Amino acid sequence: MTELDTMSGIKKDSNISRLREIGIIFPLFFFGLIIAIRNPYFVTWENIRYILLDASILNIVAIGEMMVILTGGIDLSVGSNLALTGMIVSMLYRDLPNLPVILAPILGIIIGGICGAINGLFVAKGRVIPIIATLSTMYIFRGLVYIISQGKWVNAHEMPEGYKLLTRVEVFGIPILIIYAFIVFLLFYYILNYKSIGRSIYAVGNNPQSAVYIGIDKTKVLFLVYLISGILSGLSGVLYTSRFASAESSAAVGFELSAISAVVIGGAKTTGGSGKIGGVVLGVLLLTMIVNGLNIMRISPFYKLALQGLMFLTAIVIDSLIAERTQKRYRRRS
Amino acid sequence: MSDYVLEVFGIYKTYTGTKPVLQNVDFNLKRGEIHALLGENGAGKSTLIKIISGVLQPDSGEIILEGKKIHLKNSMDAQKYGIAAVFQELALFPELSVAENIFIGHYKYSPFFKNIDWKNLYKEAENLLNSLGIELNPKVPVKNLSIAERQLVEIARVLSINPKILIMDEPTSSLTLEETQRLFNIIRNLKHKGTSIIFISHRLEEVFEIADRVTVLRDGQYIGTRDVKDTNMDELIQMMVGRKLEDMYPKVEAKKGNILLKVEGLTKHGEFYDISFELYEGEVLGIAGLVGSGRTEVAQTLFGIRKKDRGRIYIREKEVEISSPKDAITHGIVYVPEDRHQHGLLLPMDIVCNVTLPILQSLANKGVINKQEEETLTKRYYELLDIRATGFRQKVMNLSGGNQQKVVLAKWLATNPRILILDEPTRGVDVGAKVAIYNLINKLVKEGYGIILISSEMPEVIGMSDRILVMHEGRLVGSLSRKEATQEKILSLALGRGHLVKS
Repeated sequence: MTELDTMSGIKKDSNISRLREIGIIFPLFFFGLIIAIRNPYFVTWENIRYILLDASILNIVAIGEMMVILTGGIDLSVGSNLALTGMIVSMLYRDLPNLPVILAPILGIIIGGICGAINGLFVAKGRVIPIIATLSTMYIFRGLVYIISQGKWVNAHEMPEGYKLLTRVEVFGIPILIIYAFIVFLLFYYILNYKSIGRSIYAVGNNPQSAVYIGIDKTKVLFLVYLISGILSGLSGVLYTSRFASAESSAAVGFELSAISAVVIGGAKTTGGSGKIGGVVLGVLLLTMIVNGLNIMRISPFYKLALQGLMFLTAIVIDSLIAERTQKRYRRRS
Repeated sequence: MSDYVLEVFGIYKTYTGTKPVLQNVDFNLKRGEIHALLGENGAGKSTLIKIISGVLQPDSGEIILEGKKIHLKNSMDAQKYGIAAVFQELALFPELSVAENIFIGHYKYSPFFKNIDWKNLYKEAENLLNSLGIELNPKVPVKNLSIAERQLVEIARVLSINPKILIMDEPTSSLTLEETQRLFNIIRNLKHKGTSIIFISHRLEEVFEIADRVTVLRDGQYIGTRDVKDTNMDELIQMMVGRKLEDMYPKVEAKKGNILLKVEGLTKHGEFYDISFELYEGEVLGIAGLVGSGRTEVAQTLFGIRKKDRGRIYIREKEVEISSPKDAITHGIVYVPEDRHQHGLLLPMDIVCNVTLPILQSLANKGVINKQEEETLTKRYYELLDIRATGFRQKVMNLSGGNQQKVVLAKWLATNPRILILDEPTRGVDVGAKVAIYNLINKLVKEGYGIILISSEMPEVIGMSDRILVMHEGRLVGSLSRKEATQEKILSLALGRGHLVKS
């Protein structure tokens, strides 16, 4: 690398953008400290465990959302997909309590995958603008939840014990839900960074036209990201109903916004092509921690949405400031 | 077996179903030759090479590679046959690293899991860049590179495929002379190794410098193929435009009038320093310099897009403060930007909307636009500039490059300016349209406009300017009159070797 030191200007720039993801650690600690001072309970193992559990499901959905955002799209239907899949699988286990539990996540993946494939067909084949396509399916899926459940819940006592245990066992003292989230993270970290399909996702988001010139099948990549987003939402639907031991029609309303916020706070560009999965995980943690902190400090949850919006805005402003700085430097050099 | 690597017969292609972009085009390529493809904008060159490289499929016609007929389904297919192309619109991914841009589509994989082998990738990218004499960190994202560096990355990408046939669509359009020479050396090297190269350029000088044979297309038709050593510029231009061009630069000297614009000590830190000059009525003031010398920045500061740190601007001997383009327009300064897609035009809208955009206020009565007045006004400039379209209401995106440029000009002329800053007015337009723009410049100076002409094409600056300022790294390093100016003098000034020619 020494012979490249002459290009220190360039190196600095890439450092700024790299810092963007790691930079989330600062507000994470800063807010963490404030909350801990207000209420020491915040830093107890019990509460941290609770935060991580809360973050796990959001993390899985946000990683799917990130795939879509990387291509420059957006998936608004993840919350509805989660609710729909959760409801279908829960009702299935209520009516057939002897179904092996191991099938539940697989069912979630299949049903969520079908929902995602519908989005994928609209966007990739039908050339419908992502926000329109997924806004429609967001309402359709949510409507379906009410239709099939007739507005009724699946309550804790109606669920088989095994189904509830799906998210409640611990492995070496670590709750299995956290392990699920970690596995999903590892899998997609690997795909995004070491598989050509992962790089194709970045490429399509960066410059769709060039992707075609290079020989990347844009339609396939677009379909795939919506499929992945659907699969992960469906899987989360099963985990969600298992964790809260109930399935309700209005479950996870607004969850898509939390997922999108986490992705953007995590440093992914809404225009596509840029973002790191590690950043998304940190974004999820920051978001979950603050919501938890508000509860602990006994601040009305009504502040939650406003605060989430504020963080979202801050992230975007910081991103555009970084972009401007890099641009300036580049102009000076050219 | 014939000595042709690639033969193309009777290519027919239409986008709309009615007017063909290419009809009955033949083309052939010998082993180890550099074959230039010439034609005005819209002649079908880009379409032809997109067909050869598999991005587009012809409606009819045959492609024969080394004696065998082939069908290309997409560009991946073409790459497998050893055909690779650098397109005019750069096919790069700004957020991805240099190395990744080079190897995308044909990554290096580790043996077992077919993972991308990043270490190897970076090493190979660095080797490749070094062998091309390019000093770049392969880990840097492409968005941080200059346009010229991006072009070189694109070329490295194509070379990494080891193609038998290499296609380059205007690879030199954003390179400096030095970089162009380096690229030509690379191309010559490849030629000696037996690679066949198809080369598209608007600069005829380059064709004569590098090519062995040249094929000319006009309006989607094959006009002819010549050996470069048996032809000359006049013949090629005639083939391209279908008529004889007497003079590329029909400069008419206009009467020099009063002083229009005076700039004193204009400075913006990090971009340009201490720029002083004057502009008279009826004068064309050329600004020459390499890409990045600060020419565009000065022009944009005069137009109020950028804020100056220091310096004074006088218009007709009165000091003015220009802090926004609106101020500039009020004072009669307009700036016609280089990149007309990005800055100049609303592509999906029609000609009238584009032309009247800056003066909508004055055409509106209580907020309602007077359509008739709008069209009368457009008609004036439509005729003055000889815009070729199906009508006022044709969408700008369906016009040719030259005509789009004319619409940009019409738009700014509608504001009734006195000073016109033209930034690379002829970049990417064909020979015919260039002459039309030069004639227009003549017409405008005759009417007493003052024109600042920024251009990278040295013959253009010399051919059209009354006086030439040369910039180097943000400073004015020379001022030459029309008579003094030669390409060599300007170039050595622009390269920062001013002391050699100081007179």
